[in-house]
Amino acid sequence: MDILNALAVLFNFLVIPAMAYGSQLALGALGVTLVYGVLRFSNFAHGELMAFGTMTTILVMWMLQSVGITGGFLPTALIAMPVGILVAVLLALGTDRLVYKFYRKQKSPPVIFLIGSLAVMFFYNGLIRFVIGPEDQNVADGVRFIFTAGDFKRWSGLDEGIAFRTTQGISILVAILCVAALFWFLNKTKTGKSMRAYSDNENLALLSGVNPERVVVIAWVLAASLATIAGTMYGMDKTFKPFIYLQLLLPIFASAIVGGLGSPIGAVVGGFIIAFSEIAVTFAYKKVIGYLTPGDWVPDGLVQLLSTDYKFAVSFAILVVVLLVRPTGIFKGQTI
Amino acid sequence: MTISIRNISLFAVTALLFVIVGQVQSWSLSLSILNLCLISAIMALGVNIQWGYAGLLNVGVMGFAALGGLAAVLVSSPPVAAAWSVGGGNLLVGLLIAALTVGLIVWCYYDMRGTKRRVLIAIVAVAGYFATRAFWDPAADAIEAVDPAATGFLGGAGMPIIFAWLIGGLFAAGAAWIVGKISLGLRSDYLAIATLGISEIIIAMLKNEDWLTRGVKNVIGLPRPVPYEVDIQQSAYFQELAADWGMSIIELSSMVVKLSYAGLFAIVLLIVLYLSETALRSPWGRMMRAIRDNETAAEAMGKDVKGRHLQVFILGSAVVGIAGAMLTTIDGQFTPSSYQPLRFTFLIWAMVIVGGSGNNWGAVLGGFIIWFFWVEAEPIGLWFMDLITSSMDESNPLRLHLLDSAAHIRLMAMGVIMLLVLRFAPQGLIPERRR
Repeated sequence: MDILNALAVLFNFLVIPAMAYGSQLALGALGVTLVYGVLRFSNFAHGELMAFGTMTTILVMWMLQSVGITGGFLPTALIAMPVGILVAVLLALGTDRLVYKFYRKQKSPPVIFLIGSLAVMFFYNGLIRFVIGPEDQNVADGVRFIFTAGDFKRWSGLDEGIAFRTTQGISILVAILCVAALFWFLNKTKTGKSMRAYSDNENLALLSGVNPERVVVIAWVLAASLATIAGTMYGMDKTFKPFIYLQLLLPIFASAIVGGLGSPIGAVVGGFIIAFSEIAVTFAYKKVIGYLTPGDWVPDGLVQLLSTDYKFAVSFAILVVVLLVRPTGIFKGQTI
Repeated sequence: MTISIRNISLFAVTALLFVIVGQVQSWSLSLSILNLCLISAIMALGVNIQWGYAGLLNVGVMGFAALGGLAAVLVSSPPVAAAWSVGGGNLLVGLLIAALTVGLIVWCYYDMRGTKRRVLIAIVAVAGYFATRAFWDPAADAIEAVDPAATGFLGGAGMPIIFAWLIGGLFAAGAAWIVGKISLGLRSDYLAIATLGISEIIIAMLKNEDWLTRGVKNVIGLPRPVPYEVDIQQSAYFQELAADWGMSIIELSSMVVKLSYAGLFAIVLLIVLYLSETALRSPWGRMMRAIRDNETAAEAMGKDVKGRHLQVFILGSAVVGIAGAMLTTIDGQFTPSSYQPLRFTFLIWAMVIVGGSGNNWGAVLGGFIIWFFWVEAEPIGLWFMDLITSSMDESNPLRLHLLDSAAHIRLMAMGVIMLLVLRFAPQGLIPERRR
């Protein structure tokens, strides 16, 4: 029984949150990795793109709510998300037109693109704060739990409950759907194949008649869609605050690099690696150990490896290890 | 050294801006902006050393500046004897064990191969971690329990804060050495991401290690390198001077304080500028440019590319650290939560890009102009919003929202300015000199 209780604690506070967070990171890292694969630069504005898509979704959500349309037991943001995606795609394409296209024509080195993306980040950031303000916004409505801790306790008869929030369930489900759709697109459709070809070997793809501008457009469409979805999921699961997305940039980059920049499957795996290690390292094991050791003995401290505020350090440490040991990432991404 | 008329006039226009602010708003404000401009210019010089000389992308300026701020606390605040006596010993033991662990890991890494290495490193790391915490945690708790409302930290060395400027540079240089060792030699993007990470970690550390920095409780009332207003107001000399000039003594005293800061900062700026210019014109500077423009060729000529990159990265970070310590000095307090990446990293980048990367004078000019507009964009934006919404009703929600959000316009404006410069004048206001 004690073992089951320990497992329940682990599931409730570690596995489920990490699954949801990992799904959000994976979606974000997929966007970064797609842009990297096609345009060959690390897009520092990706976090703000996520925030922008989420913001548009929130605005549409408010509009829907004010005319009385809600998602029923599901969050209204889900209905609003397509509009958010559309606007974010338009913004990304507009940015590409006005900013990155010029450097592409000039064949500028990646570092110039990167600095350009810093400037774009500045602009997006101001835009978001200008429109919605720097405050917290609540994104989630509808039914809060798929099942609550109390439900679980009654069902299983354990002392420890497992709660499964609707937003967590949606995050995981949506991530599975998106990843499946993306991989189907990349591996089965002609456009997707041309995209992968372009990412693998630009010159060869050009010789085979792949239109580079089209590939770039599709990459932005995918990246902006995934960014909006990831941002909205994160906002529903936690909260929407403009500057949070800037801080998400580090774990997202870490996910993409750990998996191998430019490799979609790597981004997904990387997202979950980062999420699980972040939560596992900052998790307080006090209760788990209390259940697993015989008798009533409970450790004095929280038995926490690192305090929660150091979660950045986890992404960073993993990043460093990967950079030192295997700079191309787990699934060989683009070489250095 | 030839400075063209164009460059002189650019600096003259900047000077004029300060005069305008002095006349329209107040001279005191103008001087405050000037002081921060001087600090920003030094920070921009540091980034320019990394980016302009060597093409290294440091997106963690904030972290290095914060380390400078930490140095200001550790050097200048008075030591807390009670905290040292309850926790100092254990803390030092913990520190010693941590250092020993790292040393052992490094030794294992270089001296062994294969599975043996991996297993030993893992064992040493785990054992070292728990041994360190066994001493560290009680010590940190004991220190934080010492009068938490007033101190609750170890305090500093109680030395004049001026020394902190040097120590801040050393702290930043140490952090830069670690980051550089890890990420230099890989793609330029990786250095950017690694520096982004280290800066977030440094800030998290400063916020949470209460025994060291008091964390979010902030350290206030750091000593000053310049006289206090109160003392000036009591001196007979200044009272006479104020009477002669027809100013209130309060206004005069605050001006004197700000001017003394400006003098100190200007001296540092000039020293850093002189050294950077000399370095840039020396054979060393020529080598750096050669490495930046064609790494492969420079390496083929026998230049130690990785070593030089590490060197220039450390130098640039040290300059940023010095500026960070100066910033904490003028604030008189250390507030870890005030370190925001937009303000401390990306704004500095805007300064370097707009001013002219690769040119030290450009970086200084960029520091002045960008900081000036960063501060003045708020009143200008408010005025502008008021103007375009003046036809609307007083309580029109759109008008209220626009007026409310005017402050955020400066972020957008900064992005647009950076993009325009990158696109139409990629070399910045004062381009790098061709030699």
